[in-house]
This record gives sequence, C-alpha cells and structure tokens, in this order.
Amino acid sequence: MFPFNFEWMWDMSHIVFMGGLWYALGILGAGMTFCVVKAILDTANGKGGHHH
Amino acid sequence: MKHSGNFGKPKRYGMVIDLDKCTGCGACMVACMAENNVPFKEDESKKLDSISWLQVYRLTNGKPYPDAEVCYLPRPCQHCAGKHEGHSPCVSVCPATATDYDQQTGIVSQIYTRCFGCRYCMGACPYHARHFNWWDPVWPKGMEKYLNPDVSARMRGIVEKCNFCFQRYQKATEKAHAEGRRDLEENEYQTACTQACPAGAIIFGDLNNPKHAVHQIAKPNLKKGGQPQNPKAFRLLEELETNTKVYYLSSKQWVQDAIHKPHLLDQKEAHH
Amino acid sequence: MDSALIPKGVKRCPIWQFALGLGVVGAVLLWGVYAMILCWFKGLNQTNMNDYYGFALWIWADLAVIALGGGAFFTGLLKYVIGKDELKNIINYAVLIGFICYSSALLILAIDVGQPLRSWFIFWHANVHSMLTEVAFCLSCYFCVLTIEYIPLILENRQLDKVPFVHNLSHTMHEYMAVFAATGAFLSFFHQGSLGGVAGVLFGRPFAYREHLFIWPWTFFLFTWSAAAYGPCFTLLVTRITEKITRKQLVKDTTIQLLAKIAGWMMFTYIIAKIIDTVYWATTTAPSLGFTLKDFYSNNPVYGYWILFAEIVLCGVVPALMLITPKIRSNRLLLTLATILAVIGVSLNRWVMVLQVMAVPVMSFDIWAMYYPSWQEVATTILPVAYGIILIMISYRYLPIFPQEAELNPLEPEADMAAAAGTEETTEEVPEPGLTPAEA
Repeated sequence: MFPFNFEWMWDMSHIVFMGGLWYALGILGAGMTFCVVKAILDTANGKGGHHH
Repeated sequence: MKHSGNFGKPKRYGMVIDLDKCTGCGACMVACMAENNVPFKEDESKKLDSISWLQVYRLTNGKPYPDAEVCYLPRPCQHCAGKHEGHSPCVSVCPATATDYDQQTGIVSQIYTRCFGCRYCMGACPYHARHFNWWDPVWPKGMEKYLNPDVSARMRGIVEKCNFCFQRYQKATEKAHAEGRRDLEENEYQTACTQACPAGAIIFGDLNNPKHAVHQIAKPNLKKGGQPQNPKAFRLLEELETNTKVYYLSSKQWVQDAIHKPHLLDQKEAHH
Repeated sequence: MDSALIPKGVKRCPIWQFALGLGVVGAVLLWGVYAMILCWFKGLNQTNMNDYYGFALWIWADLAVIALGGGAFFTGLLKYVIGKDELKNIINYAVLIGFICYSSALLILAIDVGQPLRSWFIFWHANVHSMLTEVAFCLSCYFCVLTIEYIPLILENRQLDKVPFVHNLSHTMHEYMAVFAATGAFLSFFHQGSLGGVAGVLFGRPFAYREHLFIWPWTFFLFTWSAAAYGPCFTLLVTRITEKITRKQLVKDTTIQLLAKIAGWMMFTYIIAKIIDTVYWATTTAPSLGFTLKDFYSNNPVYGYWILFAEIVLCGVVPALMLITPKIRSNRLLLTLATILAVIGVSLNRWVMVLQVMAVPVMSFDIWAMYYPSWQEVATTILPVAYGIILIMISYRYLPIFPQEAELNPLEPEADMAAAAGTEETTEEVPEPGLTPAEA
C-alpha cells in the first residue's frame, strides 16, 4: 500500500493502481487542508460573524 | 513470490485419475483428511458446509436396471493454470494475495494466516474445490495427538483447499537438497490420496517430465494449454480454459459425454 | 425543548413524537446489532451461507445499496461539474442518502468477512489485479468524499453555524465542493465499475463472465451506468417518502422533474446496452463456454426466464419509458411508480449478478444449490435500513437539508417562534421501519 512497501515488484499495474489511489487521497487531503487553513485565516481576519 | 527456490526446471505437478478403476471407496478422502488435519463437524449430515478437500462424486447414466451404470469421480483442487501460467480463477481474484500460484511447481497454495475470509475465491472456482471454515476446528478428545505436525490447523473464518500435500514436497526437496540433488524422483513426492487408493486409480507426478507416468498417460499438449492427447483422457470444464492439472481417464463413452454435456445425467452427488 | 437546534423558518414535530419514532426504529436497530454481535463473536456459522453460497444476502445488499447510493455521485457530478445548478435543491439529500448507503455497505462488509480483524490485509497485501481490491480502495476513498460532502451540512446547524470558524469552514467547503465532487465521481466510476467487474471476470462462472474491453469486462461499464441511472431514482423515491411522512412538499417540482428526466434518459440508454449485452452473452459468450441460455434458467425451483423479463423489461424498459415521457413523468403518482420499478430493477440485477451466479451449477454433474438467509442475516441486513432512517430523522430535524422547505411551507407569522412547541399533528416525522412506499 505504501511506496516503501517492498512486498511486491513495482511493475506497471502497481504504479497505475497505487498512483490512482494516492492521487485521489492527495486531492482529498490537500483540499481539506486548504479548507481548514482558509477557514482559520478567515476567522482570524474577523470574517464569519452572524449572517455572513 | 514469482520463484520459490532454485530446483531445476519448473515443474507442473498434476494427476491422472482413472475412473475405470475408481470404486468410490473413499479411502482417498479419508487419507486426505488425516494428512492435512482437515476439521470435521460433530454432525456431518449437512454437506454444503463440510470441508473435504477431495470430494468423490457419483455419476449415473440415468438408465433403469439392467442398463444402469455408475461412475465415481474424485475431485481434488484442479490446480488451474489459466490462459497464461498463474491466471487461475481463484488466484487472480483474491484481493489480499492470500492464494498463490507457484511458478516452480504449478501448485495453487492457500496462505491461511493472510486469508481474511472474503470468499471471493470460492465464488470464482467452478469446481467447488474451496471450503470455508464456518467453525473453529474441534478435535475429539485425544485426537490432537494424532494431528500431522507438518500441517498447521486452520482457524474459523478462512478458506482452505487441496494443495497437493505441499508439505510433502517441501520435505522431499529439503532432503534432496541435503543430498546435493536438484530434482526429485517420481516416487519421492506423492500425495496422500495417491498412496491411499487401493485400486491405484490416482497417479501423481510432473506433467512436464516425459519420464513420469502422468505425462506418459495424459500426453499433455503443452502448446495447447495442456490439452490431453490421449483420446481416453479429458479434463473438467475444458471449454473454460482453466487449464487444469487433473486429468481423468474413462473408456466409457457415456462418462465422456456426460462430463461435457449437462442434462445427460441424473444430477446426483455422492458425499461419502 | 430542542427548538434552538431546529433550522429557522421551518416547523418540526414535538420532541416526544420525535423520541417515540426514534425509539421504535431504534428497537429494530438493536435487533440488528444483536445479530451483528452474534456473527462477530460466534462466526459466520450464524448464517445460512455455505460452500456453494460464499456470497449471499449481504453481498447482494452491499451491491444494491451502493447502486442505490449512486444518486450521490451522479447528482454531484451533474450539479458541480456539469453545472445543473437547479439540483442544488436536492443535492444535500442525495449526499445524505449516499452517505447512509456507503456507510451501510462498509458495515455489511465488516460483518461479512470471516476474519474482520484482518480486513486491513486488503490494503496492506493488495492484489492490484483483483476487482475486489479496486472496490475496497475506491469504496473507502469515496466514503471519505461523502463524509467531506456531509460535514458542511452538519456545520450548518443553527447553533454550530454561530461559531465563526465553523461558519467559515462550511462556507469554504461549499465553495470548493466541485473539487471533492469531481474526485468522488472519479472514484465512483471505478468502484461501481469494479463491483460489476467482480462478477464479470469470473471466467470459471459462465453465467457471470463477460468479454473484456482492455482489462474491464462489460459488466464494469454496465454497473457504473446503471448506478448513475437508477441511483437518482432512489433519491427521488426517498424524497417522495419523506414528503409523504412529513406531509409537506420539500423539493420543487422543477428540480424533481429535471432529475427524473436525466435519470430516465440514463436508464433508457443503459437498458439498450444491457439488452445488447444480454443477447451477445446468450448467443456468443455462453455457448463458447459450453453453455446454452436454457442451462441457466431451467431445472431449478426459482430462477426462470421470468427473472430476465422482470429485470430488463418490467423494471428496466418500462420505468425508462415512463421517465422520458414528460406527460407520465409530471404525474406524481406515475413518477413514484416508475422510481419504485427502477429501484426493484437495479436490486434485481445485483441479486442476479451475485446469488444466481452462485446457484448455477457449472460442472455437468453438479447441482443447483438453493439458499435462504438465516434470521441473523436478515436482521443484519435490516440494521442499515434502521440506521439510515434514524440518521435521516436526526438530519432532517436539525439540519437545513431542503433549501426550499421554508419557501414551500411558509409559517404563519406569529407561529415562527412557537413552532417547536406546537401541538398540532400536521408536521409528523415518524417514519415506519422499512422503506415502504407511502400510500401515494
């Protein structure tokens, strides 16, 4: 599952499959991190009181 | 694992089962259970969740007396190679790589400690050669002393199946290695069912080796996915291109027909 | 009592009624939990599965809820990626239903495997050539997406929304939802497909096996397609049931009609592909493997040609034609009937691709094996339904799921503040166990 896992040979099918997995997880992780960071910054800037 | 050890040329261990000789006595099934520590239930009447790596089926020609004929067909795991060596129906689908095709011997193995019991392999196998441990094994008092120490007992919740007594192969190769040999003699590695059959109906050996009886009898055409060239020999479900390593012999036309065409038989099953 | 938590401008039933409803469904839930514990502690011998039926009721339920939950990814794709903005009025509910379906699917799988504590092996020792591995990976990832889509909805609860950070977070997540929805559509395409692939690759089972396009059997594409077509029908049906139970309109007709129309055309094209697939399989694939169509549909007490007719014609062609015909579609009663047929149709398809695959004998001397589930299997299959109803009840009560609800059901001016304490029985919200279509 992880790139350092040495159980299998890193052939084409493993690269494609695991690549797709980490690509999707990367987008989700980065997207959520971005949202949380932006929300923190917005809050620090005094946005988001009552009613937008 | 692609290659296990460096024991000379790759083998294709397989069987030839002569249905003309099989009397349906079930000694092979008993030997198999004893050799491989196959668990059993207190009540074995419900057969669909019983574990028997080697199952003897009863075929009848469906005709009334005096033309009625019966044929017994022992069915171990067929150790399919698939269209390309290793693409067995079960091995290709296992999500956790818990069943493996050994390129060195052609044996399909099951890794008990890795199987997590999804049962996809059972769905994939058309021969019903795979069995699930619906219960934890319970041995009658004292019987645990008679278990085979070379074979691990399995726990509840995983799949198991015939592995051509792989532990015997391991023992034989260790011995050969210690003696400085790379190849095994034909009689050095034999399965428990082969040795137990009183009629000599089961023959076991390397299908790649022209000196072995299995090769000489089945005459597998290695260019055509191992199809038998002996007209008396056939394999189960040849059309599916499972490329099995278990060949059957029968001189009876109705048996050969019945194997290929459904509905010629009474669909009856014998569970000894 | 809980009026401070209830969204502004809408009316909910009194708390005692809500609690009573929760209690009734909760009892069913506990029954399921009891069966689940039996399966975990005593093992799968609690089921009626056997070596012929390694896949049974649970796997069917799994495939069915995932297909029905397909409304979430497809509605999300339409709204966020293709830009059908009208669907914003139903997307929240589609996401909630999807979340329920997928969490149920994961729960069922956790009960279904023989060694649940080893479930992580599928990730750790992954065989990337197995369709089931692809299913496991994409399913887990997509469940993350659904959670991400559901979170902002929770954060919009009246009290939570007062916290500035929470407000900003849900606002930001809404703003960038297209990224998550697109990833969700990508993941859904693959796991819906690989669920179809699970059956289609079984070359040892001529009933299931299909020809491949690259590495994917035709069932791969058929499953994705059917989930996109039939999933929205389930969203529509559950919306209708919710409207019946709450006795108010929650989504405007324009939204319903748009989604129904799209689902109808998806279904229409799918069913053509399915018919081609079936004909090719019956005339070419199966005969090449030594089987005739008759072998799959005779000599047994259940599986006859009727099942083909029911799946493809009665619950496929018929609802597709109903949904693409504006006159029929705009009739609420007929629309509901069409969605019911569609839900049955896709569930039947998943049943056939799991249970009938197991039932058909392959060796000429083998038998048709029949199976009926044990009560433990039934209880654990109903468990997710009860869980889903509870989650819908809670979400509906406390979260602004339906953006048009307040507009469609204006409160009398002075009733606004006293809404939660109201004693009238006009705004019931006590679903019965089981998703029975209301007396529409």
